[in-house]
Amino acid sequence: MRIDGLYAYTGGKAFDAAAAFVVLLHGAQHDHSVWILHSRYLAHHGYAVLALDLPGHGRSSAPLPASVEAHAERIAGALATLASPRFVLVGHSMGALVALEVARRLPSRVAGVALLGGAFPMKVSEALLSATRDDPAAAMQMINVWSHSAAIAPFAARPSNPGPGFSIVWQNLRLMERIARVNGAEVLAADFSACNSYRGGLEAAQALRCPALFICGVADQMTPPKAAAALIDACADREVVSLPATGHALMAENPEGVRQALRRFVQRCVAAGAA
Amino acid sequence: MSAPRYPGFDTLALHAGQQPDAATGSRAVPIYATTSFCFQDSEHAASLFNMERAGHVYSRISNPTVAVLEERIAALERGVGAVATASGQAALHLAIATLMGAGGHIVASRALYGGSHNLLAYTLARFGIETTFVDPRDLPAWRAAIRPATRLLFGETLGNPGLEVLDIPRVADLAHEHGVPLLVDATFTTPYLLQPFALGADLAVHSATKFLGGHGVAIGGLLVDGGSFDWQASGNYPVLTAPYDGFHGMVFADESTVAPFLLRARREGLRDFGACMSPQVAFQLLQGLETLPLRMQRHVDNTRRVVEFLVAQPNVAAVRYPELPSHPDHELAKALLPRGCGAVFAFDLKGSRAAGRRFVESLALFSHLANVGDAKSLVIHPASTTHFRVPDRELAAAGITQGTIRLSIGLEDPADLIDDLARALKLAAKVP
Repeated sequence: MRIDGLYAYTGGKAFDAAAAFVVLLHGAQHDHSVWILHSRYLAHHGYAVLALDLPGHGRSSAPLPASVEAHAERIAGALATLASPRFVLVGHSMGALVALEVARRLPSRVAGVALLGGAFPMKVSEALLSATRDDPAAAMQMINVWSHSAAIAPFAARPSNPGPGFSIVWQNLRLMERIARVNGAEVLAADFSACNSYRGGLEAAQALRCPALFICGVADQMTPPKAAAALIDACADREVVSLPATGHALMAENPEGVRQALRRFVQRCVAAGAA
Repeated sequence: MSAPRYPGFDTLALHAGQQPDAATGSRAVPIYATTSFCFQDSEHAASLFNMERAGHVYSRISNPTVAVLEERIAALERGVGAVATASGQAALHLAIATLMGAGGHIVASRALYGGSHNLLAYTLARFGIETTFVDPRDLPAWRAAIRPATRLLFGETLGNPGLEVLDIPRVADLAHEHGVPLLVDATFTTPYLLQPFALGADLAVHSATKFLGGHGVAIGGLLVDGGSFDWQASGNYPVLTAPYDGFHGMVFADESTVAPFLLRARREGLRDFGACMSPQVAFQLLQGLETLPLRMQRHVDNTRRVVEFLVAQPNVAAVRYPELPSHPDHELAKALLPRGCGAVFAFDLKGSRAAGRRFVESLALFSHLANVGDAKSLVIHPASTTHFRVPDRELAAAGITQGTIRLSIGLEDPADLIDDLARALKLAAKVP
């Protein structure tokens, strides 16, 4: 479906505007398909699901925002048009920062924020930033290696995602390449620059009026768990789930760990909202 | 932070898709000889069936041993995933049946393995899928054969029997210009010699029976998806971009941006046609795959020695091997196959069909049989075996003479192979 020009995958079920709903926000150079199992699971377990393509990504053709705040502005505007009073925000990596900013803009609507592979500041090395501008193909290869847990492990996730027989590493690279081809080579540099230059994380975290869940991959090389410490400390109502042997591509490398953590958190947030 | 790097090919051949077994610590890939897998509860069962969670349900759809093989070949090919099948023929059928039904059209190289030719020319035609065959070297012919109903271009990386080198970059560009994918049969090259996706192909099939398994003990096929073809943008594949009633209205291209083809191939093709691979076979093929880099290099080294010998023999009319300057695709082979042109090739013996028969029957070390890609050297005389019913005119069109001999060079001491060939050549020369 489309909401105010943004594409949203609804988890294989029609979106029920009357149900409690969950908004899933992907990270840099990605699209809604990184949530393939989790969006289907939530949609078939009582929640309405919107796995968005961020503006300028995938099937959302809106202009590409240059900052985390601009992403949030656009998404908050779209979500504000929906009738449902409250929703849970789930964001991965850059999407986690966007989720914080959406929550800041719609405090009375957000029942919970789950941050996967979140960090603040989300600093990007100058070498990688340069590569995203000057040699996006090489940058995507670097990002793809760093996005998965060390050594051989990414080639042996059990079971793979979205199921047996799939390669999580090469799906991730092909998805980044697809975004570059469909949405433009400039997306990669824009996304990483947006992450690097975002300054409002602590204020947004302190302003949260809802529970926050941090899902961290113990083997995350892009946003190591320690890089989330400041954000975690800034949240009044927080829970941290650490997934062992899991890299930055948490949903792909450990779909079951992510599913269990999200399920508990969404249940809790929705129950609290209903009360 | 050290420079990012993927594990190398040799490492992936040994490790990709597997970690020591969590339950037992088994270093080797365990053979999960089970038809089915217990559910934790009804909710778990429902979520597995509905693709909400990853896992195994029934070994026709997926199996842990088979999955290691699938993920290993995907890693070696740098593809988004793979489906293992009962044979190479089953892999080719699965690829086609996933993409089209009656009314679909394929443009295929005419330099194909006989079994593939039969499937396309006769069997699929019976189900309403038509194929136009073209000279693989004739790019205008490929272009001219494409119709609005065309859904696939197909060729072998190295053709049969002339080892025509498929110009993958150019044929892929042509396919993409028309919004269709290029499928290649990469059996003769394996990912060690040629990586189809890096050259522009979209899908690959293997008869894993051959060099991937490498020991002539198990029949199996693999269908691998490079993940680059944009099914949504093409607009030609409602099978992937429109709701599928057979899976609760699933739109595969909505679920997965880069792997909808594989989702449907498994969720429909394996489920309904059922040509799955057994875990025992997957285990045997994995044993072979572990040494693929070592074996392929030796296959190529031995082949070069044998080719060098045959070229110098007076009663050999021609040797067709792309590394020879006389081969029409020599320059293309240098560009696409820098590690070598494989270990299957044909040569033409001077003389009659009887001379060809005498040659084959005189060999002691080469095994006379209808297979290629074994660790042991193999030989066949097409005019008196695989093509014995084919009229002479059609034989000639396929590049086969009365004296054409196909060899699959194994891993023996090359001096012994050459001795065997020399003796048989001498005896064949005595046949009028």
